Amino acid sequence: MLRFITSRFLQSLLALFLVITATFFMVRFVPGGPFTAEKAVTPEILRNLEAHYGLDKPLGHQYLDYLGSLARGDLGPSFKYPNRTVNEIIFDKVPVSAELGSISLAVALVLGIGLGTLAAIRRNTWVDYIASSFGMIGISIPTFVVGPLLVLALAIHLGWFNASGWYGPADRVLPALVLGIAYAAPISRLTRGGLLEVLNQDFIRTARAKGASEFRVVTRHALRGGLLPVVSFLGPAVAGILTGSFVIETIFQIPGIGREFVNSAFNRDYTLVLGTVILYAVLIMALNLAVDIAQAWMNPKVRLES
Amino acid sequence: MTSFTSPAPVAPRPAPVDEPVEQGNSLWHDAWLRLRKNKLATFGLASLAVIAFACLLGPLLSPYGYEAQNLDLGASAPSGAHWLGTDTLGRDLLVRLLFGGRISLAVGLAATFVALTIGVVYGAVAGFFGGKLDALMMRSVDIMYSMPFPIFVILLMVLFGRNIILLFVAIGAVEWLTMARIVRSQVMSIKKMEFIEAARSLGLGRRRIIFRHILPNMLGPIIVYTTLTIPGVMLLEAFLSFLGLGVQPPMSSWGVLIKDGAEKMEEFPWLLVFPGTVFSLTLFSLNFLGDGLRDALDVRSSKD
Repeated sequence: MLRFITSRFLQSLLALFLVITATFFMVRFVPGGPFTAEKAVTPEILRNLEAHYGLDKPLGHQYLDYLGSLARGDLGPSFKYPNRTVNEIIFDKVPVSAELGSISLAVALVLGIGLGTLAAIRRNTWVDYIASSFGMIGISIPTFVVGPLLVLALAIHLGWFNASGWYGPADRVLPALVLGIAYAAPISRLTRGGLLEVLNQDFIRTARAKGASEFRVVTRHALRGGLLPVVSFLGPAVAGILTGSFVIETIFQIPGIGREFVNSAFNRDYTLVLGTVILYAVLIMALNLAVDIAQAWMNPKVRLES
Repeated sequence: MTSFTSPAPVAPRPAPVDEPVEQGNSLWHDAWLRLRKNKLATFGLASLAVIAFACLLGPLLSPYGYEAQNLDLGASAPSGAHWLGTDTLGRDLLVRLLFGGRISLAVGLAATFVALTIGVVYGAVAGFFGGKLDALMMRSVDIMYSMPFPIFVILLMVLFGRNIILLFVAIGAVEWLTMARIVRSQVMSIKKMEFIEAARSLGLGRRRIIFRHILPNMLGPIIVYTTLTIPGVMLLEAFLSFLGLGVQPPMSSWGVLIKDGAEKMEEFPWLLVFPGTVFSLTLFSLNFLGDGLRDALDVRSSKD
């Protein structure tokens, strides 16, 4: 188990290094620098600006500099927001996205596992059909259609919520619901499938034969194995909730890191782009690693396979 | 890659004696019958056919051009003259929807084809040769899996201009990983079978064994997974277009129309409702068809 964790950890580090390197050079090789948009900049000022940010050094040198400061946890100054560092911007915006993400994830898990379990234990009844159609519909209607439609119906026509903004608790409802439903749908399908497979197995019959109540059979015995597919989906799901927040934060005008990332890419704010990509990469890899470990812990077969 | 489209022998066929025709491709025929019995999958297939035909032929039959503006009319609600209404520039929404559909479907198919080609070749090579090469190749896939790819696609589109060819390549390059894994595991199990041994002892080359004997026998999983990849690809395209990073005006796709509609939904809700519905219906149909095919071809998916 320890060997498994170590090797997966090293693999993540390698991947992270590749992400940083690829992003660094990709951002630098494009035509147009961060200061090309500012028309009034004379060649001298441009040179001074570039010297100030170290952009006049050879590319390899810049790369090593960047890795060096990164190792100290310093993501550098922002090119677009004078006097602000990337670290400050990230610390400013991340809590918003983290809040949105965690509420959405909770919605997705509760709704998804709940509906999936109902569908599995009431298989081929109307409960199952309704829950399963929800799964299919939720998968097929994208967030950027559901989001605006809900805003149209619940915010503009009924006036229950604000159409956009991020102030009071009520402003959390629509964005978290839209993002949560999108992931509740696949989770409910995986839960149903996983549970159905487990419910046919001998140990479930044994548990029933022992006289365990149906509730206990499902929650204590079946769900543990039945949720394996859900656990392996959680890595990509959380990553998706993170990137899905680009769209949600745009629709609802939420001042989170997702919107900041898209803007920084438009602005060619090199350091901010790099900083956010690294942030996302670290998060996604950490989550994948956690999922792998959880899976190995829940099912020894997985561990022995690799 | 012509071997995909040729009718595939499912097991090594016996020498062609005078056999009754019905024995031909019985497995595919059975699968077709099973698919026909699945109401949702049949519905998906039918509605996809209708949508695709409408997108291809509809614009030819319409009196309105895709770019034809009518500024006097402006945005008008659905009416007899404009079945789905017009946008703020007085352009007919139905025609724009059908044209946008061409782009969305084309991106879906083209990017899926890119993903399919890379994934199948990569997976087949890894699975067939095995050993150290396989370990290296699949470890690379593992590493790529853990990368934040949607973010890379966004970066690519922002940095290198919003070029539609780049869009195909970027999306295709993201979506091939799962295909490679599926193909590899299929190849690993098929290559141990006796008819491959027989082919080898006949002195056939590796290429011929891979493309003529192994690939046709895993058409089922490939078809199923391809059908399920298309909606994912179309979703990614629309996602990018919605953020303003995908297809650019004057071209339009369903993602672009949804983006425009969402901006104007307060006054002109039909601009959001119709594109949103058609796009969702298409994804819905593709997912149902993919699910139905999975059951019909009896593909056991390990990942899903």
